[in-house]
Amino acid sequence: MNDYAGLMVFAEQRDGKIHPVAYELLGKGKELADRVGVGVSSVLLGHQMEEEAQELIYYGADKVFLYDHPALEDFDLLNYKHNIVRLVKEVKPEVFLLGATHLGRSLGPRVAVALSTGLTADCTGLDVDKDGSLIQIRPAFSGNILAHIKTKTRPQMSTVRYKVMPKGVRDASRKGEIIKKDAEIVPSLLTIVNKEKSGEVNIAEADVIVSGGRGLKRAEDFTILAELAKLCGGVVGSSRPLVDDGWIGKEHQVGFSGNTVKPKLYIACGISGSSQHLAGMRDSDVIVAINTDPSAPIFKLADYAIVGDLYEVVPRLTNEIRSRSS
Amino acid sequence: MRIVVPIKQVPDMTEVKFDVEQGRVDRSSAGAEINPFDLNVLEAAVQIKEKLGGTITAISMGPPQAEAALKDAMARGADRGVLLVDRAFAGADTLATSYTLASAIRKLGEFDLIICGEKTVDGDTGQVGPEIAEHLGIPHVAYVSKLVEVGEKLVVACDMEGVRYSIQSGFPVLITVTKDVNTPRLPSLRDKLNARKAKVEVWDAEALSSVADKSRFGVQGSPTMVHKITIPSEEGRKGRVFRGAVDESVKGFMGEIEKAGILGGIGIK
Repeated sequence: MNDYAGLMVFAEQRDGKIHPVAYELLGKGKELADRVGVGVSSVLLGHQMEEEAQELIYYGADKVFLYDHPALEDFDLLNYKHNIVRLVKEVKPEVFLLGATHLGRSLGPRVAVALSTGLTADCTGLDVDKDGSLIQIRPAFSGNILAHIKTKTRPQMSTVRYKVMPKGVRDASRKGEIIKKDAEIVPSLLTIVNKEKSGEVNIAEADVIVSGGRGLKRAEDFTILAELAKLCGGVVGSSRPLVDDGWIGKEHQVGFSGNTVKPKLYIACGISGSSQHLAGMRDSDVIVAINTDPSAPIFKLADYAIVGDLYEVVPRLTNEIRSRSS
Repeated sequence: MRIVVPIKQVPDMTEVKFDVEQGRVDRSSAGAEINPFDLNVLEAAVQIKEKLGGTITAISMGPPQAEAALKDAMARGADRGVLLVDRAFAGADTLATSYTLASAIRKLGEFDLIICGEKTVDGDTGQVGPEIAEHLGIPHVAYVSKLVEVGEKLVVACDMEGVRYSIQSGFPVLITVTKDVNTPRLPSLRDKLNARKAKVEVWDAEALSSVADKSRFGVQGSPTMVHKITIPSEEGRKGRVFRGAVDESVKGFMGEIEKAGILGGIGIK
């Protein structure tokens, strides 16, 4: 176990662009690595991505292991796994982090099993214990508790939620090393036959979110929220029960089992604020809550609490904002 | 098509209680049910069987009471139910759980398709499905929201953060399905009554000895452990409260956020 050292971040890329969760992990990873006095590395698989690899250095990587091959341009599960496993066996990082994106959650478990090591899912916090081991913090039981998890084997692996760690600082004067590795290509067994934008909202990236909860009486009434959201350049969110009832798509769900969001402005309409929901939006810059029940838990987290019926408040709010924006 | 469906019995999450002071989870008052995501798994398996014929084997690891979840699976269309029960399996993390389930699937013999739920509502990791695939050395596709073609080959759609991929695979393969993949039907009363009489096979650690290394089961085979449990701090915000007449509230609120520069921050003057 003692020959494992350093921290490695998997840099996910889509269409040649690095997913920002990698920069968050590098920022946090560097902070942890500095405390222990070890280096940070990153692994990037793709095709013709040298410029992007440089970005990983600017955000905190000391070394970037770059695999350049046409077969790695798109996510290829078995080839990604095969090459990452080989690299980890060679470099022996003590910690290996992936973003808890769809891709990371699909790839991480395979890498962990191939390395016979533990993997902690969906972490929202990382820390270093006195003995230098990694403490992985994740919400459990619908966000009602936080489990602090340690891993006996090496590397200690975690997938980490997007938008829970602050993005690291980009420093274009940072120096690091890009190490080109030869990819070993294995039969992929899976073929991407089509790839298209699904037209889904990307709620995690929105600056403004107007969310609805049980205070809404009918699915159609989401249009009231949509109008306000559109005016603010934002998107519509939802608490879990309405998604479960099929009123709105899962891509709109904010909460522990949906999306973690961190917009500039979060407007919660008719949402009481279950721990499950709060776990997904508590880090928003400004939280506005509109609810008829003055004792609703959401108000404890709100910067601005409007006690009232969303059906009366939201349309007036929309009018006020429209009069200012026109 | 020989289909295997790993399922799990979970507590009714709305009934689980938390001892805030002790940081303890009390599941005793919560009833047990089949993991809601696994209902979509069973529906998917049944739809495939209806079209192509074949067998559906439901498999679960858990306490003896988890037999009820397998009987429920049989009421919903599984032909066979296998329950893995042994103290040696207890305390397993996802690595040991997936190893144990994969070993049992090996023992079952040849298969074409394994269907898992996106995740369980209690563990909520979504890791066990892909991990089973790695143990078995077969490919997998996660987050499948649509079965496009199941026959000579498999074509599925999966949504990954706003991009829909259609992915083709041969067999054997493992998929994890989301709630979007179908709408589970309810079992009929007759199916339920028949399932009550159905026999669930019970396998212990010894039963897997020909296909597995027992030291990789349960606590012993689990590299991760819960070091401690805490309750999320409810750091409140100093909320400005507006109540009373709606017009006044909204006007007051607008004045405040304008002053604070919040409207400017989102591109409204």
